[in-house]
Parts: sequence; structure tokens; C-alpha cells
Amino acid sequence: MALLEAAHVTKRFGGLSAVRALDFTIEQGSIVSVIGPNGAGKTTFFNCIAGFYHPEEGRITFDGTPIHSLRRDQIAHLGIARTYQNIRLFAKMTAIENILVGQHFRLHGTWIGAVLNTAGVQAEEVASHDEARRLLRFVGLAGKGDVMADKLPYGDQRRLEIARALATQPKLLLLDEPTAGMNPAETARMTAFIRSLRDDLGTTILLIEHQMRVVMGISERIAVLDYGEKIAEGTAREIQTNPRVIEAYLGSGGAADVPGQDKGEIDVPPTSGS
Amino acid sequence: MTGTAAAPAATAPPDAPDAPDAAVEWHRVLRIGLLGGAVALYVCLVGMVEVFQPRALVTGVITLGQTTMVLAGVGAAYVTLLGRAMDRRGAAAAGAFAGAVTGLFPAALVVTMQFVNLRAMFLHASPGTADVLTLGLGVGGAWVPIVALAIVGAATGLLLTARADIQRPATAALVALLLTGLFAGLLRPPLLASSITAGLGRLLFASDGLTVLGAVIVVLAVVGGRIAMRRVRLRSRVAALPPARRRVLTPSAMVALFLLVVWLPHGVGPFFAQVVAVVALYILMGFGLNITLGLAGLLDLGFVAFFAVGAYTVGLLTSTAEYGIALWPFWAAVPFAVLLAMAFGAFFGLPILGIRGDYLAIATLGFGEIIRILAGSDLLKGLLGGPRGIINIPKPIEVPPDHLLAGPIQIYYIGLVFALVVAFVAIRLRDSRLGRAWLAIREDEDVAEALGVNLVQTKLLAYMLGAAFAGLGGALFAGLLGSIFASSFPLFVSINVAALIIVGGMGSIPGVVVGAIFLIGVPELFREFSEYRYLFYGVALIAMMLFRPEGLLPSRIVQRELHVPAPDADGDANGGGVERDARLSPGATG
Repeated sequence: MALLEAAHVTKRFGGLSAVRALDFTIEQGSIVSVIGPNGAGKTTFFNCIAGFYHPEEGRITFDGTPIHSLRRDQIAHLGIARTYQNIRLFAKMTAIENILVGQHFRLHGTWIGAVLNTAGVQAEEVASHDEARRLLRFVGLAGKGDVMADKLPYGDQRRLEIARALATQPKLLLLDEPTAGMNPAETARMTAFIRSLRDDLGTTILLIEHQMRVVMGISERIAVLDYGEKIAEGTAREIQTNPRVIEAYLGSGGAADVPGQDKGEIDVPPTSGS
Repeated sequence: MTGTAAAPAATAPPDAPDAPDAAVEWHRVLRIGLLGGAVALYVCLVGMVEVFQPRALVTGVITLGQTTMVLAGVGAAYVTLLGRAMDRRGAAAAGAFAGAVTGLFPAALVVTMQFVNLRAMFLHASPGTADVLTLGLGVGGAWVPIVALAIVGAATGLLLTARADIQRPATAALVALLLTGLFAGLLRPPLLASSITAGLGRLLFASDGLTVLGAVIVVLAVVGGRIAMRRVRLRSRVAALPPARRRVLTPSAMVALFLLVVWLPHGVGPFFAQVVAVVALYILMGFGLNITLGLAGLLDLGFVAFFAVGAYTVGLLTSTAEYGIALWPFWAAVPFAVLLAMAFGAFFGLPILGIRGDYLAIATLGFGEIIRILAGSDLLKGLLGGPRGIINIPKPIEVPPDHLLAGPIQIYYIGLVFALVVAFVAIRLRDSRLGRAWLAIREDEDVAEALGVNLVQTKLLAYMLGAAFAGLGGALFAGLLGSIFASSFPLFVSINVAALIIVGGMGSIPGVVVGAIFLIGVPELFREFSEYRYLFYGVALIAMMLFRPEGLLPSRIVQRELHVPAPDADGDANGGGVERDARLSPGATG
């Protein structure tokens, strides 16, 4: 059954429909991408799923629960986590603290317990720090736990943001342009990493991307948005040959942008199965 | 921030070592001298010179009033030479010029006062001020400030270019002289109190400041102490001690500190105890606001409301006079004061949960005023006593007036114990799951919520726990004064607390203590200064924001960065937003 189902979702800003009557489904365990030119409504749709926006029309169902009118934290509790197009780490917190915030709602320590430093709170802190370190290792940031987030290099910040999202143990991970601003080598590594998230952790992934190359390589299904509407959906091959897509998105030069078979070396250690 | 600040400094030196006798930039010297003069003029016109005049730094040699002018000259010369490599002649000349320009302003003031009556506008443009500036010579002595400050400036220039082994002890001696002279009024009574030290006290201090002999002794003691320290190499000796012996040093230092803290109010006198009690109250409130503002980033300018709630709760429950309702002992009322303050915290927090930033400050400002006005209003007069307040609140510990724990001394002790306990609680909270959620909300509340942090719950807890600490402070305040009035809770208390957190360092727990001592304690101790407290605040806050926006004792951020291995980044390890943006842009455009 589909993990996420969006039916007829419409989001308007004033007179402008940023997303118009969008139908969309994501199957459990798949990697799905949304592509489209600038201003096509990709991020708006993303924000509707994550509860940053509430759509005016339509419904979004996640794992059988309607989520289109829930608060962000409620959606996070249900198992949706996201990253941001322009990295939004907690800049003045350390890497490990960023991840610990991601674990926040799964922990149970109360403030009274924290003041009294009860055995339960101590055990929970130790366990959560262990888990946070495992996540750091998993995303390739071992040993950088005490670095302030804003002092990490750019690529590490992207990885940390993903680690923070993973700390909520999501069923569905929303990645908003995870390779933005990366060079080809970094992009290849990130692509491989995203694939490993699905293969090793079993996390379903919805990806927004600008770079066709990334999307074509790893997505099982691709939806193309233009002016808030879905103009095509299918496999990478179907999308590439779709005349409407070529017209709207790839343009005349798009034919040169052949599907990249990214086979970047995977330098990510195997999962701990957390 | 530091990176961009360091960059120009790093580019400046290369030519400096080659040309130590760089030409004096007279334009710059003139500009700084004019600034110094403006400061000197301001200090004269607000009356600091005249008010400080009766107090001597060194009796018969220099008064505090004159010291303010000297400091203006020193400041101008210091800023002029700051970061400039010059030879001694150049430095002395530049310093003298800066000092003379600074002195021009007070001189001009003296002359102007002769012809124009400025007193209609400036109360302190008086013959008294003129007397200080001209050393009593009248208008014919208008040259005095110019010459005096030129000499001061030249001396500053010489000191700044002196060899390190002369410069350091000389600077230390001058600073020590300034401090002992300033706090003579505080240091003298304890010395005179005991028959053993009374002789020393009379030797060092006259009734209005240091004696000449005392000044000589202070200078000799500082210089001698430094030489002695150099001889025994105290630091390297401590470092050379075996670890086991060194470990003994810290606890013994703690014990010594503890004994000193216990002894201080008895030794230095009840006035000191009173000041520390007030500081302790502000520390309690500071810890509270540190949660709301420092950790969770919620600017609360009505914080005094919770302080008032705590005070009125204790007042109502314990007062033996008209408005007392329960006649409880003090200690039974304290928990209720804290709980009620928490309830008010939640009550206030609820309607303003969705308000952010500047709007939040305005809303909370309103709350604080509402509480103060309600407490003093006719509406609640029957309940809270209106402007007449609540009187006859029992002391926390009832003792006869001549007892060891009488008066402010017991509040000193209780305040310190409470501050310690609350510091402990604050540290535990900061390091907890909840503390991390607060920090996350401060950093980016949208992202925090998207990670599953319940904003309503977390923010309300920040308001409530912050209010609890303030309520505790208020309860103690009621016990300290024995009576409370609505006028005891003005807006300025809230601003004080916010200011001490900003000066101490947002979110930093030792910063709260340092901020309270610096902003509350020092002006209280130095009585002459208290009239100029607002001035002091303004200067301190502006200087803080300009030169050290992270505060005196910033929280973990800076400290951690000091002992963190540098990330193996390709050059952007300490890259601020600029580099990041630069790397982002190709992706954004492509």
C-alpha cells in the first residue's frame, strides 16, 4: 500500500496557485523524485507534506492518517522528517546536540527528572548520546560531534542535516535539493549515500532535485511539476522521452542532459540498524 | 565575526616592524583628541567632576573629580596609540597632542562659563566645576586642563612604549592605586573595626581616600609583589607540583573561598552584606530570565511581574499587619510564592505563545506594567494594600537585633545559598533534553517543531521555570525589606535583569553572576557612581554590543571552540556565511 497519498492538493498564495490539484503517491520503500523548473511548486508541495503549509484543497494521507491539517510536530511524530534547501541547522549548537534535538520527542525525561538527575534520565542520556554518535558515524561525521554546526564544512552540514532528520527515525524522508551547491564528485557521493539510506535503513525517500543527473540515477519514479501542476510521471526513461517534459523543463539543450549512471564509490560505513 | 575582525589587523602589521618610527598621523590624533574632549565635556556637564570632587583618590594630591579628567586624557592618548607602532618620541608627542586637544574642551567650558550663564541648562556648569578644572585659579587658569592633560597624554605615550618590565608593573600599580582609592570607603571600616588592623587602616586611609603614605605603600606592594612572584615563579611551581599535590590545591582554594564568603559581611560590614544581598536577588532573577531569554530566546521585558508575584505572595501569607491573611512563617510561604509565580508564568505565556521577536518584547512589557499598576491600584487596594503596600513581613530567621545573623547579613547568606541551589538547577536544566529543545527553539523554532518539538509545551515550560526563579527572588526580597510596595517593581528591574544577561553573555550561567556583580554590585558599592548608573549602563551596553557582543563570559560556544579539533575542511572550517553563500550560488543559478 502507498505510504503517502496526496489527492487533489491545492495551495494558493493570494491569487497564485503554487500547487494545483496535485495527485501523488509514494510507495513504501521507494525513492521518488519531484523535479521541475524554478517556481514550479516543488518546495511548496514539500512544505504541504511537512506541515509548514496547510493546503486549501485536497487531502494528504500518511500511513493511513490524514495529515494535511496537522501541526509540524505531530507530522514528525507520525514519521516524516525533512531537510531544507538552504541548510537550516541549529547553528550555535554542536553537531551531536543537533542530532539529540532530532531524538527529542522519542525521549521521555522530564525537567524534574533532569534536575534530580534520576537513574532513568541518566540511562536515557547515555543511550541517546550513543545513538547520536552512531548516526554521526553513519553519515560520515565520526569524531565531529563537538563541533559547532556552523563551523562544519558545507558538505558535512548537509550530512548533519540528514543525520538530524534520521534521528527522528522517520518512515519517510523528504530531501530538498540535497546536492545543491556540490561539485560533481560530492554529488556522486551524496547520491550514493541517499541510495544507501533506502537500501540499508529501509527509509522511503522523496527527493526534490534541480540536477536531472542525480534524479535519473536513483529514482524509481519521477514526477515533473510545472506551474504547480504535474505534467508527467513515470520512470526516468519515460520522463526523458516525454515531449511535454522536454518542452517545459529540459528545453532545447536538454537532449544533451542524458541520464547519468552515477556509480560513485560508496564510502559510507554499513548501517548499525538503529 | 572574529575572522573578519582579524583580517584587517593581520594585513596591517607587515609594514610595522620595518618602520617602528612610523610618522604620527596627526589627523587621526586630532580626531581622537576631539572625541576625548567631547567625553570630558560631557563628564563635566553631567556633574561627575563636581560630585566626585569631595572624594579624594589620594588625599591632598588628587581628587576623584580630577581623576575623571585625567582618565579622559589617558583614554584619548591610549586610543590614539592603540595598535600603532611608534617610537617613544612620536608616542609622547602624539599622546601629548591628543591630551591637549582633550583638555581644550574643559578649558573652553571654563572660559564660556565666564561670559555665558550655562547653569540655566546645565546645572553642573558651576563655579565648583570650574574650580576643579582650573585647580581653583578661576578663568585665568583655563590653560590648566590643556597643559595637565597634555602631560598626562605624554606620560601615557611613554608608558605604552616603555619596556615590558617597566610597563607591566607600572600599569598594575596605577590600576591598583585607582581601585584602592575608589573603594577606600569600603576598605577602611573593616580595617578600623579590629584593634589589630586599626593602625594599618589609619596609615593607609584618610576619611576621604588614600593617604599619601598609603598610596606609596600600595604602589610598592604591587610592584614588590610582582617582583616576588617573578622570583618564586609561583605559576611554574604550581605546574611543577605532582598531580596528587596539585589536586589538593583546588579543594583548599574552595575552602578558603568559602570561609572568605562567610566572613565577608562580618568583616566588611552590613552595608556590604546589603549590596551582596541585592546582587544575589538579581542573580536569582538572572538565572530565571536566562532560561526564558538566554536559552529559549524569548525576550521577556515584563519579568519583574513574577518577582512581584513572589514578593506579594510571601507578603500576604506572612504579614502580621493589616493585609496579612495567613500569618504563616516565612519558609512556609516560599514554596507557594514559587508555585504561584510559575502559574503566572503559564498564564502570561499562553496568550503570547505565537508572538515572536520584537512583538514579544512589547507584549511582555505590557504584562509587567499591568501587574505593577494593578498592585498599586485602588481596585485591589483591599487585597494588596494599594500604594501603602504590605508591611510587617517577618524575617526569614527571627533573631535579636544584635545577633550574628541580624539584618541584611542573613539575607546575604540565604541569598547566596539560594543562588547556588538555583545555579545548580539551571545547569541541570540547560544540559537536559529540555535545555536542548530550548536552544533549538532559540535557533530556529520552525525547524525545531518539524523535528517533533512541541512548541507550546516547551515555551510554556521556559516561561514557568523562569518565573519560578524570579518568584523565589521576590520571596526573598519581601523577607529582606520587610515591606513591599507596588513602586518596588518598576520596569527598570526587568531591564536590569535583561541587561545583566546580555553583559554577562546570553545563556551563560557564570555570565549571570558576573553580569549581576558588574551591573548591580559595582554601582551599588561605589556610592558616588550610583547617581550615574544609567550612564554607566548605557556605556557598558553599547561597548558590549560593539566590542564583545557575545558577553563577558559567553556560554559554551566560544569555550568549546577553543578545544575542538579543527575540522579537516578544505579551507572553510571557520567559514562564515560568505563562503557558504559563494558555494551555494552556482547551484542556485545552475
